[in-house]
Order: sequence, then C-alpha cells, then structure tokens
Amino acid sequence: MWSDIFQTEKPGYYGQFGGMFIPEILRSTFEELIEAFESARNDPTFWTEYVQTMQSYSCRPTPITYLPNLSKRNGGAQIYCKREDLNQTGAHKANNVMGQGLLVKRMGKSRVIAETGAGQHGVATATMAARFGLECTIYMGALDVERQRPNVFWMEQLGAEVVAVTEGSATLKDAINAAMRDWSASMDDTHYALGTVCGPHPFPTMVSYFQSLIGQESREQILELTGRLPDRIYACVGGGSNASGLFLPFLEDEGVELVGVEAGGHGVESGAHAVRFSGGHIGVAQGYKTYFLQNPEGQMMHTHSIAAGLDYVGVGPILSHLHDEGKVRFSFATDEEVIDAVRLLIRTEGLIPALESTHGLAGLLRESSEMDEDDIVLFNLSGRGDKDIFNIAEALDDPKWREFIHQKSNEYRKASN
Amino acid sequence: MSSKLSEYLRNRLKEKKILLMTHTVVGYPSLEDNWQMLEEMQAANVDMVELQMPFSEPIADGPLFVKANQEALKNGIDWNAYFDFMKRAHEKFDFPLLLIGYYNSAFAMGHHSFCSRLAEHGASGYLLPDLPLEEMEDLLELSKVHQLNPIMLCTPTHKDPRLQSICANGSGFLYCVARKGVTGAVTKIDPMVFEFLKRCRRYSDLPLALGFGLSTGEDLNQLQGHADIAVIGSALLKTWEEKGPEVYRSHLKELAEATT
Repeated sequence: MWSDIFQTEKPGYYGQFGGMFIPEILRSTFEELIEAFESARNDPTFWTEYVQTMQSYSCRPTPITYLPNLSKRNGGAQIYCKREDLNQTGAHKANNVMGQGLLVKRMGKSRVIAETGAGQHGVATATMAARFGLECTIYMGALDVERQRPNVFWMEQLGAEVVAVTEGSATLKDAINAAMRDWSASMDDTHYALGTVCGPHPFPTMVSYFQSLIGQESREQILELTGRLPDRIYACVGGGSNASGLFLPFLEDEGVELVGVEAGGHGVESGAHAVRFSGGHIGVAQGYKTYFLQNPEGQMMHTHSIAAGLDYVGVGPILSHLHDEGKVRFSFATDEEVIDAVRLLIRTEGLIPALESTHGLAGLLRESSEMDEDDIVLFNLSGRGDKDIFNIAEALDDPKWREFIHQKSNEYRKASN
Repeated sequence: MSSKLSEYLRNRLKEKKILLMTHTVVGYPSLEDNWQMLEEMQAANVDMVELQMPFSEPIADGPLFVKANQEALKNGIDWNAYFDFMKRAHEKFDFPLLLIGYYNSAFAMGHHSFCSRLAEHGASGYLLPDLPLEEMEDLLELSKVHQLNPIMLCTPTHKDPRLQSICANGSGFLYCVARKGVTGAVTKIDPMVFEFLKRCRRYSDLPLALGFGLSTGEDLNQLQGHADIAVIGSALLKTWEEKGPEVYRSHLKELAEATT
C-alpha cells in the first residue's frame, strides 16, 4: 500500500528527514496532536466524514479535464489536469484546512491560528473557522500583507484577525515563526493549522494524509477516463502539499514518473529563486530537517518567485526523502516560462491557472513535446488564477489594467478629499 | 551529572541567596556594546553569562531577541566573530560562559567541531532550545569528551515521565522555563511557579535556574528559597536600548543587591 510510507521506523522521520525540533514548552501539545491525529486516522468514520464534508462544501471529487488543444499545440503526449482549482476558495488548500478543522472539533479547541504566504491558506483557514465557529488569527509577513490586499480583505471579512509580521524577511517563513510563538503560549485552547507538508511531526504526515485525497481520486479518474495510468505526473512544489497529495497514491505504480517543479525565479544562477533541491542543502529549522536554501553557516537565505506560494526556504521532508530515493524527480520553471504557460493555457483551453500551479504546467510543456502521442501526462491545476487578478495582471504587465488601477486610485483619492 | 560548573555554582550559593545569570546577543547592538555590557556584569559580580549565537529563525525568542538576532546577522556576525568574542570574554572575565543558540548552527558546523570549538574558546556549556533530548545522543557523548555542560530545559507543561528523563540527563544546572510563550513577556511569580520548581527539584539535585520574564530585584527576592539562579535576559537588553549604559548599570546593581 502506498500509505505504508506513513508507517515510519522512527516517528516522524522519512529517511533522514523530518523529526520534531521544537521548544520543550510545546512538547505536550505536539504529543496531544499526534494522539488526536492517530486516533482519527484509525477511525474509519473520520475519513468518511472528511470525504463527505469535502463533497458538500468543496465540490469534491474535482474532475480531471483533458486538454486536447494544448496537447495538439505543444505536440507529443496527451495532457490532462486535475481540477483542484474548483475547490472552495479556489485551491487545494481547502482539503487540508477542512481536515484539520474536523480534527480541531474532535480535540475540542476553540481557536485556530495559521501562517500564510500569498494568503490562500489564510483565506482557506478563515473560511473553515467561520464554518466551524472558531476564533481565527492569521500570521502573514508584512511584505505579503502589502502585496496581497485582496486576500487580507477576505480574511478580515471572514472574521479573522490578520497580524502583519515584520520580523526577518517579513514573508512566509517569518509568519511560521510567529505562529509557532503564538502557539507556545496559547496551546490550551488553540490549534495551529499549518498550511503545508512542512514543519515538525505530525504536520508533514497529517497534511499529506488529508491532501492524498487528490491523488486517490486522480488515480481512479484517469483509469476510468483513459483505461490506464499516466506516464508522468507533474506538480509545482513550494512546501509541497499539492505535489505530495497528488504523488503519494501513485508511489507504487512503477510505470508512473513523478516530477516536482520548483520555482526557478530569475534562474538559479541569479540567486533569486526557490530551488531547494539543486540550490540548497540539508539543515534543521522551523522544527524539521530537510533541504533548505541556506548559507554555509546555516542562516536561511532570501528566496524569490513570481508565485508567492512557492517562495519558501524549505520543502516537505517526505519529498526530500523521495528525492534522495530517486522516486520523485525535480526540475524547475522560471518566472518567464510561467508567464508564457499562463497565457497559453488561458488561450487554448479557457482555464485560468494560479501562478503557482502553472510551474507544474511549464515543467510539463518543456518535456511532453518529446514524448509519444500515445503517452499520457497529468498535472495538478492546484489553484485558479482569476482571484489573483492583481498578481497575474502585474505579471502579464497589462497596460489597460494599469490604467484602470490609476483611474480607481484617483477616484478614491477624490472621494477622500 | 555533577561537573565543574555545578561545583562552582554550589560554592557561589554558599555566599549568596540566589545567583544571577545574564545574557547578551553577540553582535547586537554591536560587539563594542556587548563588551561594555560584560564589563558591567563583571562589576555587578554576575555569576554566569549566556552568549547568544545569532540565528535567522529564532522560534523560541520573543520580538526583542528576534530583532537582536536579525540585526546581529546584518552586522556580519558569523561563527568566527562569535568565537573570537567568546575567547576574549573568557580570557578577561571571571564568570563562566554558555552558548545559547539554535540547533542548525551546531548541525551545520558538525557536532564534533561544535563541541571542540566551544571547548577551545572557553565555554562551560551550551543551550539549544530547539533540540529535544531524543536528538541529543551524539552531542551528549561529545560533551563528556570536551567537558561541556549541555543545559537541559524543563517546562511547566512537561508531564512527569519526560521531566524526569530530562532531569536525569541534566548537567551543570537545569534551566526551568517559568511559563508558556517566548522570551521577553512578563512573568507573574506565583505559587504555580514554585510548584513547578518543586517538581524539578524532586528529580534532580542540580542547581535550578529560572528564566523567562524576570526583570527586577523584587523578582529575585521572591524567588529566594525556590530557585538557585535567576536568569535575566530581555529586561536588561530593553534597559540598554531604551535608557542607555548608565541605567543598565543601576539595573544590574539592583539585581546584584537582591542576590546577597
């Protein structure tokens, strides 16, 4: 069984990666969380409740869509995508937060906190908190708060308190540190709903477990659609939750090659990127051991990506292990390749992808043209892009959009004078 | 485990009601400021000093130390700068020195090199708040070889079996964390704190240090008879930053007076 990967020899360790490097004050809280998660995982009604929740609240199962125009245009393999963009809040993030929300209810806690980079996980957490009647605080790097006003707007409308984190590089990793600090004082009534497959045990296991719904559905759907398994599967990798969710249920299928695509930013040689596997080395930070982008003395470095959700120094320990074992291959896509791929998908298939998800597509397009016409490739359209209109319009450098913003800004200025 | 450090602390305790451990983040505000702070500490007869090695992701620290870590790195403090400073301090001052920092520094340096550099530069021990006992096996062995005290952290949220095994592996003294949360916020010294110290005492006869949120001579007075060592970190840095070296000196003096 693919899920045997979670049965690790040393708790929370995948090969040499993972672990629980946490301040002692949080030890009992983590033990309690591990116990709650294990008991839920061993209770068959929990998974059923989870799947039903996702069906009624988040449009699951999301379909797999065949992309004939794009396949023809690019040449080579036939391209399919898993439509995680159709989830509640427009991304796969909903899977994880609803799962953790059900767990919070089992644990009887009344408040939830989360970190967010681009704001997707923050918005998803805030919807879950509203739905389940929980208090909610979201930590977000001050730089990201500035860049992602629409998401901040929605989080606040949903009743969440958004705290702008000014420490460090004022981005995602600093938001994680801030959430950890909150939790080390508030754990009695608070759950920390970490948004990706990183951080201390049990988060990598727990988030992968919830996200594996993506791969479990995909495996059945692609078999039904095409009568066979895909030759290659692509997904973008920031922390790695959408990739882990899609990949893991295919782990034991030998003919299926799994490809993770990291954020190449302006290119690896530029230094402005988030390519952990070829640019980083093994270290311990934020509570776990993995590949980090760090200097030789272990200080974390600044990262860059056009997609805020991929702009992170570390990567899920399960993926690091699968990388070292040769079970997942990693490549990267640059900002420029991603912009081209966004345009292409919009025009050929009428799908508007998130910049994050488009990294997976860009990695695919580069390779699938070399494959046979009978080959099948699948990528995870992990989020939709229309809600990121500010970012994508900026990335595409649309002059009419710029003009519109100027005009709006003038209207607001006049109204307030 | 009894060691030179614990013997030293026990001897000091014969002459004082409670001992004083202070702290500085090496490189913040500057190495010159750090040096001046240490001179004041020596003048106040401080018993032990933590030198924090800056790290980019200090998850156990509150806002003041987070900023200090970040600025120290901006000031270019690397391993060489840190150890040079430690060596100079060791040669000049009487109090024992401890490294406090985060595990990634030790991991990146390599355990062996971490311990030998500490020993060569005059450290009595080290404290890594994000390194749990389960991960320390190798470092515990090397610490014995290099006669270093790995300082264990006890917290009020520990259940008894874990508290017991942490105490059993203690060396030099035990660092008891007064409350939940991170460094810097104010701690109310109440019967819960005394109860917690009693639990630690039950499992170890090492000197007990209490830290997190202490700031005044009055705090020290209240702790007498309950803790052996009071740790003052953020409060002193706050004084230095907001009120300058003169008031820093009188703050230390107030603390020192409460120890005798």
